[in-house]
Parts: sequence; C-alpha cells; structure tokens
Amino acid sequence: MSEKKQQKFVLIRKMGPLLGLILLALVLTILSDRFLTVNNLLNVTRQISINAIISVGMTLVILTGGIDLSVGSIVALTGSITAGLLVGGQALLTSVLIGMMVGALLGLCNGLLITRAEIPPFIATLGTMTAARGFTLVYTEGRPITGMGESFRFLGGGYIAGIPVPVILMVIIFALAYIVLKRNRLGRYIYAIGGNEEAARLSGINTKKILLSVYVLGGLLAGFSGIIMASRLNSAQPTAGVSFELDAIAAVVLGGTSLSGGVGTIGGTLIGALIIGILDNGLNLLNVSSFYQQVAKGFVILLAVFLDKKRR
Amino acid sequence: MDITPFLVMKGITKSFPGVKALQNVNFSLLAGEVHFLLGENGAGKSTLMKVLSGVYKEDAGEVWIQGELVDISSPKKAAFHGIGIIHQEMNLVPELSVWENIYLGRELTDRLGFVNAKVMQRQTALLLAKLGSDIDPADTVANLSIGEQQMVEIAKALSIETKILIMDEPTAALTERETEKLFEIIRQLAASGVGIVYISHRMEELFVLSNRVTVLRDGTYVGTVETKATNFDDLIKMMVGRDMTTRFPKQVTQIGPEVLRVEGLSRHNELENISFSVRAGEILGIAGLMGAGRTEVGRAIFGADPIDKGDIFIDGQKCTINSPADAIRAGIGFITEDRKHQGLVLTMSVGENMSLASLASFCEQGFIKEDAESKMIAGNIEQLNIRTPDADQLVKNLSGGNQQKVVIAKWLATHPKVLIMDEPTRGVDVGAKAEIYNIMNMLTAAGVGIVMISSELPEILGMSDSVLIMSRGRISGQMLVAEATQEKVMAYAAGGE
Repeated sequence: MSEKKQQKFVLIRKMGPLLGLILLALVLTILSDRFLTVNNLLNVTRQISINAIISVGMTLVILTGGIDLSVGSIVALTGSITAGLLVGGQALLTSVLIGMMVGALLGLCNGLLITRAEIPPFIATLGTMTAARGFTLVYTEGRPITGMGESFRFLGGGYIAGIPVPVILMVIIFALAYIVLKRNRLGRYIYAIGGNEEAARLSGINTKKILLSVYVLGGLLAGFSGIIMASRLNSAQPTAGVSFELDAIAAVVLGGTSLSGGVGTIGGTLIGALIIGILDNGLNLLNVSSFYQQVAKGFVILLAVFLDKKRR
Repeated sequence: MDITPFLVMKGITKSFPGVKALQNVNFSLLAGEVHFLLGENGAGKSTLMKVLSGVYKEDAGEVWIQGELVDISSPKKAAFHGIGIIHQEMNLVPELSVWENIYLGRELTDRLGFVNAKVMQRQTALLLAKLGSDIDPADTVANLSIGEQQMVEIAKALSIETKILIMDEPTAALTERETEKLFEIIRQLAASGVGIVYISHRMEELFVLSNRVTVLRDGTYVGTVETKATNFDDLIKMMVGRDMTTRFPKQVTQIGPEVLRVEGLSRHNELENISFSVRAGEILGIAGLMGAGRTEVGRAIFGADPIDKGDIFIDGQKCTINSPADAIRAGIGFITEDRKHQGLVLTMSVGENMSLASLASFCEQGFIKEDAESKMIAGNIEQLNIRTPDADQLVKNLSGGNQQKVVIAKWLATHPKVLIMDEPTRGVDVGAKAEIYNIMNMLTAAGVGIVMISSELPEILGMSDSVLIMSRGRISGQMLVAEATQEKVMAYAAGGE
C-alpha cells in the first residue's frame, strides 16, 4: 500500500463512525418530521447521557485490552444505596458521595481480581456483576426504593440554561476523559498497556497500578450513572441497569475502539453512544415495535464491526 | 550423488510491505547432498525456505522438482512433494506425547474412525530407533530435553516420505554431544538420498558437514560454491560484500570505573550464582547456547523477573530492584531480544515509543510537555539516523533496523549508566547492523557500560572488550576478548571444561 493510500485509509477509519452517524441522522430526518427538532435532540442526548457516561469508563477499560461486565450491576447497587441513604434521612451530598464510593470500591475489586489474582477481566467482572446484583437485591429486599425528596431530582431531571443536567455532566466527563487520553501521562500509559502490556511493563510503567486505576474509574463512572438514573426516575430499581454493559461495549466498539486494546478514541465513543441513542429514538418515532428495535440494534452493531474489520 | 539437480528454484522474488525480502534468487539441490544456506540475518534465508516449504507464496519465480514444474503454494502441497522442514523455533505441542506430536493432524484411524494409538506408537518407536534415539514414544514432550525435542522434530519430518529436508539452525540449542549425534544422522540421511538444506550461522559446521554452499545477501543471490573449493574468508566476503575488517567498527575507548556489579545472582532452576562487573565505556559480551540463561541474567538485573538471591550495585551503591521501574531509576536500560513482543508498542507511533520509558521526565503534574518531548524525539531521529517519514508514523511501518533504533532511542532518553542489549542486531539488515555498532561506540565513548548478549559469536568477538560465557544457568568461562577464540568460547558454552 502506498503512503498516500494508507493515509487516506487512516482518515476513513477515523471518520467512519461519524459518517455513519450523519447518514443515520439524514435518513431519519427524511423519514420523520419529528426527528430534527430541538426538543427531540435534547431528549435523545439526555437519554444517551447515562450510557455515554458508563461508556467513558468502558472506553478506558477496553483501551487497556480489558472488559468490564459489572457496570450494569454497579448502576443498580449505587442507585439503591444512595436512594436508601436519602430515604433514611442522610444529607444529599453524603448519600451521593457514598454511592459513588461504592461504585469505585467495586471497580477496585475488579482491578484487584485482575491484577493481583490474575483472573481474566471477563471472568473477574462477571463475578463482580453477579455479586453486585445480589447485594442490590439483598439491600433493597427486591423492592424499588422511592421517596428520596425533591432536591435529589435535580441531578437527573434538572435543567441549567435549558440544557438537561445529565447532558452537561456527560459533556464535562467526556472533556476530562479527552484531556486525560490526549495530554496526560495516564492516557499515554493506557494506550501503551493496551497495545503491548509486556513492552509497557519493561519500559518501567507500573502496569498493575494503571490497570487498577482504570477499573476504579470504570466503577466510579458507572456508580455516578446509577445515581443520575435513580434521580431521573425518582426511584431506585433493583433490576436497573440490566444489560447496560452491553450497550456501553456497543457504543465503544461502534466508535471504532479495538476490543484487543491500544487503539481508539473517546470522541468515537461519544459518536457510538449517539448512534445507539438516535437509532432507538428514530425507531420509536417510526413506531417500530420495541421487539424489532432490538433486532435492528443487533444488526447495526454487527454491521459496524464488520465494516471496521473490512477497513483494517 | 546424482548430478542433475533434484530441486531447482529459479528467479524467486518475494516482497513484504516495504521490504523486498527476495529478489530473483536461484537455488538448486542435489539428491543426497548437504547444502548450506549462508547469509546474515535478514539476508532472506528463512524467507527462501518458507517459500520452499509452502508457508509463503512467491511473487515471481519457478520451482522445479525432478524436472517438473511444481506448485508448492501451501505447506500441504509442499509436503506432498516430499519437502519437510524443521523450524528454528520448536513447533511441538508440549502437552502432548511424542507420538501424538508426530502424527498431529494426520492421525491413523481404524475403520470406525477411532484413533489407532497402538499402531502410531509402534511406528514412532521404529522411527526413533532408526535415528538411534531411545526416547519413549509415550513420553510427554514437555519432559524432554531440548536436544530430545529436536530429535522428535526430525522424526516428525521423516515420518512422511521426505526427499528434501530443511533444517533451520538445528544446533542452536544443542550440546556438543547432541550436535555430533545430529551430524551423524544428517550424514546417514544424505547417504540414503535425502537432499538437505541446512541453515546455520556456525561456519565450522559448514566445513564439517556440507557439500555445497549458497550465499544470500540482502535478499539477493550471491552465488553457489563447492565447499571444498572455498574458505572462511571468501565466504565472509560473499556474505557481507566487503572485507571482515569493516564488519565490526569497534572503537577502543577509555575504560573507566565500575558502573555495574552483580553478586551471586540466583533464580531457581534458571540462574546459579552469577557474578560479574562492567565498567564505564566497556562492552561485556555474554555468549552461550540457547537456553543457557543469558536472557534470564538480563531480565533478572532489570527486575523483569524476581530473583531468589543476589545483589546489584550501580556505581558501587547497592540497589534494590524489584521492578523495571526500579531498574530504570537506578540507571539501567534493557533492550529485549524480542523487539515486537517486548520492545515496542506496535499500535503506537515512533515518537510515543521513544518517550515511553522516560515519559515522567517530560511531564509536569502528569501532563505531557509536548515541546520537550518532541525535541527529544526529533533529536534522536536525527542522531540515530532513523528513517521514518515523521515522528507520528506508526512504528510497525518501519523496517527492522529502524525499529531497533527506535528501541535504542527509547533507552537513550532515560540516560542509562548501564545498557543491557539482548541480541541487539537480530533481524536487522547489514547496513543497519553497522549503524547499531556505531551507536554502541558512541555510548561507550560517553561512558555507558554495555552488557551485550548475543548468539552471534563474530559479533561477541568483534564488539566486546571482555567475554563472559554461560552454560546451564551458570558462568562457565570469562576472558578478555584478546584471549577469546570461537573454539574457546564454544567449548565453554557447551559445558565448560
């Protein structure tokens, strides 16, 4: 392959997900006059914000060559704990912080299982996923928690200057992740570990510490999402977040990040999350039954990954 | 010996992205001859043999066997024409038994499709007996010594009707006795009419064993000569294209005080009581056979593997080294033998690879100061003459020699006092080799102490100031380079008497 052709390839590879997103938006604009309205677009972005925030953590994890299946269960557990504390009369800030700490703690468990016990990420986080779901059921006794008070609703349901709060949080988190991956040492090390863990270790990088912090961040962000979700629904469901890990993985992969690690961008993940959100939204607007929506989503994910493989 | 060639390869050309691995190469093999294939690393020997064994498909050229144009575009087709290969890296499954390995993928079955273990075991025993080996066919391969595993490989290659047997560095891991036994078997095979293509860096084997020699250089065919009609110097000249004197541009430098001292380094089953020291400006060459523990010494000093016992001193100060990070802080750098798997992050750019080990020194509160980083990168690209379009080029797109220079640059950026170089010129073309030797000269001139681990004796003898020889995890010999000869070093490497 010539140099020029190769550069062109790299460009297409980088732009692929964005082109897909634009194409999808164009089709929906033509098919439905309700799609391209300010209200609908704000609605879509708010809908994706929870998955998008989880996907930021998932991007970091997948960039290292790992996977985190426990995020959905963490969403349920942190949401429930924060809600439970609020109902029990704890202050708002305390409850939210404790909820987030629980998320980080579960991430720490993942990290320790992977780096110290050397259990493969898939299995380690599968274990955490199952246990955390169990803890949630124990804590909630299998019933939803409600009655957290009005002040808690702002996080998931409030607006600042007409923009939903979760959307603002999502933008801030993406911006921070972008800076970390682009300009910070941690970001460089994450790419290095995903690209070649042994070479990274032999370059003096404390790979275990970096992996540990990545899983902690993944748990923290999932925990934060769980709290936002409980706030938005004004109730904490013990079954919340089921299969969220799959949506997050899908967003990351749709965004062009390689499951084998070392290659990918945070911007791609945002696009991936938008594609999933807009697809759901569009199919709703077109009155496609939710059963068929799942089928369509599955095909889109497969198609995207297939095209990505072809491009390589 | 029949004089019409059994095999003729004509005008073989093979390219990989960015490299012409073979260019219009000719090769012929007589039935019953031992034919040496000679050339430096990267000369195209292995590529040519991979074409012959059907691993690679040539871009151009023809292969004739017994006067017939043949298609050997897959290993299966090559095997059908009686071509067997024994690879440099062992290709056995360690968990399976000897006979299971020999019949892997073509198990004999009875009428019901069940594996006929008894017959295969008996056949394997016969085959091994023919080779004069007493290995038990039911033994697990992992329990065998390297030499015995080699024997299994040979038995495997001979278990099909083999007319052409390719052997790639078969003695690299063998002891002297095992080597002699192998030679005996090779002579037997040749006498029975098998044509043998033999690749080795060991010139002394060439004169003992071969009938003819074909020399390749930088992917091109240099010539074929009768072994009887040639000598060492002429062959070297054919191999490198110039006289031996310029091959190793060793510069004598002022040797300063001791920078590294290792005392009593031990690691269970791998290293036993290793002690030596390196002085500023000195190159200490570590020689030995494959599996002698040379790489393990490097890894142990660098903190890549834990040690059971032993002390490491840098500039006379005792250092506690539990991880590569500790070693780098102490002033040690380590260029690994396996560039692709341990040296480089192939998904990253040239520049990112270069700053990987020294990134902290380009950071302020965790944020990378890109100006300082780019300055270092640009400086190294220029100083080491790294041929890359720019620093953002993915490192995997560079040639082997330039990749190696990127690895060296990575360690230069850490300003090491001691640099351990494990096979510094493996898989690097002749030109880049000389450049790497010059970089080593530059380093020693600047007072860096170098530990050079190498399987290439000429390189050890050509570049070192002193030589340390290892055998079975121990130091079996140590001498100044002025006292060292190939024979002496080999004797110590083989067992140390």
